[in-house]
Amino acid sequence: MRFLFKTDYDQDIRIAKHSGYYWSYGLLLLVVIAAPFFLESYYIGQMTQLYIIAIAGVGLMLLAGYTGLVSLGHAAFFGIGAYTEAVMTGNGIPLPFMDEPMVFSFLVSMPMAAIFAALAGVVIGIPVLRLTGIYLAIATFAFAIVIEEVLSRWESVTNGYTGLLVESLYVGDLELSDGPPFYFLCLGLLILVILMSINLLRSPTGRAMMAIRDSEISAQSMGVNLARVKTTAFALSAGVTGLAGALFAHKLGFLSPESFTVFQSLELLVLVVVGGIGSLHGAIFGAMFVLALPQGLAILKDYLPTSIAETPGMEPFIFGLILVLVIIFEPYGIYGRWLKIKHYFQMFPVYKRATFKRQKAYMKSERLK
Amino acid sequence: MSLFKAENLAINFGGVKAVDGVNFEIEKGECFTIIGPNGAGKTTIFNLISRIYDSTDGTMTFDGQDITKVPPHAIASLGIARTFQNIELFEHATVLQNLLVGRHCHSRTGLFSELAFLPSVRRAEVAHREKVEEVIDFLDLQHYRESLISNLPYGVRKVVELGRALCTEPKLILLDEPSSGLNVEETQDMSFWIDDIKKDLGITVLMVEHDMKLVSEVSDHVLVLNYGRMLAHGSPQDVQNDPEVVKAYLGE
Repeated sequence: MRFLFKTDYDQDIRIAKHSGYYWSYGLLLLVVIAAPFFLESYYIGQMTQLYIIAIAGVGLMLLAGYTGLVSLGHAAFFGIGAYTEAVMTGNGIPLPFMDEPMVFSFLVSMPMAAIFAALAGVVIGIPVLRLTGIYLAIATFAFAIVIEEVLSRWESVTNGYTGLLVESLYVGDLELSDGPPFYFLCLGLLILVILMSINLLRSPTGRAMMAIRDSEISAQSMGVNLARVKTTAFALSAGVTGLAGALFAHKLGFLSPESFTVFQSLELLVLVVVGGIGSLHGAIFGAMFVLALPQGLAILKDYLPTSIAETPGMEPFIFGLILVLVIIFEPYGIYGRWLKIKHYFQMFPVYKRATFKRQKAYMKSERLK
Repeated sequence: MSLFKAENLAINFGGVKAVDGVNFEIEKGECFTIIGPNGAGKTTIFNLISRIYDSTDGTMTFDGQDITKVPPHAIASLGIARTFQNIELFEHATVLQNLLVGRHCHSRTGLFSELAFLPSVRRAEVAHREKVEEVIDFLDLQHYRESLISNLPYGVRKVVELGRALCTEPKLILLDEPSSGLNVEETQDMSFWIDDIKKDLGITVLMVEHDMKLVSEVSDHVLVLNYGRMLAHGSPQDVQNDPEVVKAYLGE
């Protein structure tokens, strides 16, 4: 057990609360930096994809986990980011004062992907401000379907179902959109996004978001402008997800509207819930889960009787089943379980199950929506 | 001049006149209490003052400013803070975080400086924390600083909510049944704190309360409501002896 002796307010503000943080996160950082030098290219690709999904997960976590606004339409922002990136670095954008459509460097296009997605987040955020819970989920769901239609019908830009080839990125002779360079790009952006999220969550706006999640009425009475903070949360969440989309475009190399369906939105929501709602760790754990599950299922299929293994809809079914089981048995997801295991070893041998026993709240319904 | 003034305040929910032509004035530095049977419209008046409800008629003036049409989130920065009857704390956060949200109306940092956590944001955070520590010290909450609200007993939550309201550095604090659900000893503590808030911190108190012992200990003025109308107005003793008030509470 570690007891912290606090002598300075800065100790509560600092990201690393004690020296243990440097050891554990330093070690983790070393491992992920060293990984591409030891892994085969397939695994580098998988890790890269993990980082991309984790970025999108952090994006949705800010909205669903910290502001309590559940979005069933995050694939839309993911798609907007991906197509913005593909169009800006590929065919380019026709500008009135140029003869040829202008092609942008990824240094411009990636922020633009995030900004476009964030603007879309504001556009959807403002009308749905008055909605919460299931109604908000339905509204965002509808928005995602609209965006999916736009991506498939706006053929002059997106090429519709024919698909859009994504150009590779080059810095000098170095190809940035594949292999280890792309791995480091995604890792760097993931770390940046996580750091910014931590910063946000320890400042007034982040606290206002959590206040809105737990009680809108008292947040308002404390001076939180609900409309502004909710719109900010929507914009940030959409922007981060859009950035992940831009990276995802390069990962896929070929975009078609089928990559950004409602199922993708659901996958992101499963990520947030299974990983552990209301924690940034949860977004990373959730990304690991979402990435590992299809692989696990593929392996599992070899051992199942053909009639079951070949049933269509097997994967969504297992997804749904796991979501339900997690909500019932471990509402704080993988991260909640992780905390319990950590606590077990910290308190060994006097761990009490009751420490994490959920108390029935008679005063109010569970608010962590 | 009075700190707060309600003139002809009224609100209807459909055909129900929840508050019907209420007039009262709160002097700076006093403790003003609203009492009345259940459903008399006491909490509705609080919700009108914190602008959660739009009044159907009448005006409210605070500190010389008309607040009848001010947006609800601007009320806190004008200097009105409140607590709720059924504790509305942020349950999945610590006591410290709850109190820091109380500082929200004083935060001036922009989103982008927060994302980068610039030194200015860090300085502002430390300054907020210092204010919060003053409140923690005032209400003896040191022991609970890092506890999650969902793990705290009811009595402590009540105090945390009072603390959160104090963190906004209000001129007028609205306490909605501060003693409900508290035992005798905790009620006594609450009575001392309300007195200290009034005398030491110089904050004007407006409260809704049922416990007449507490009311007579701390109040300077009492307003009695029944069915949204004013029944009596005066010192705690006058009001308790008013035949109309006795009739409203006990029947004829």
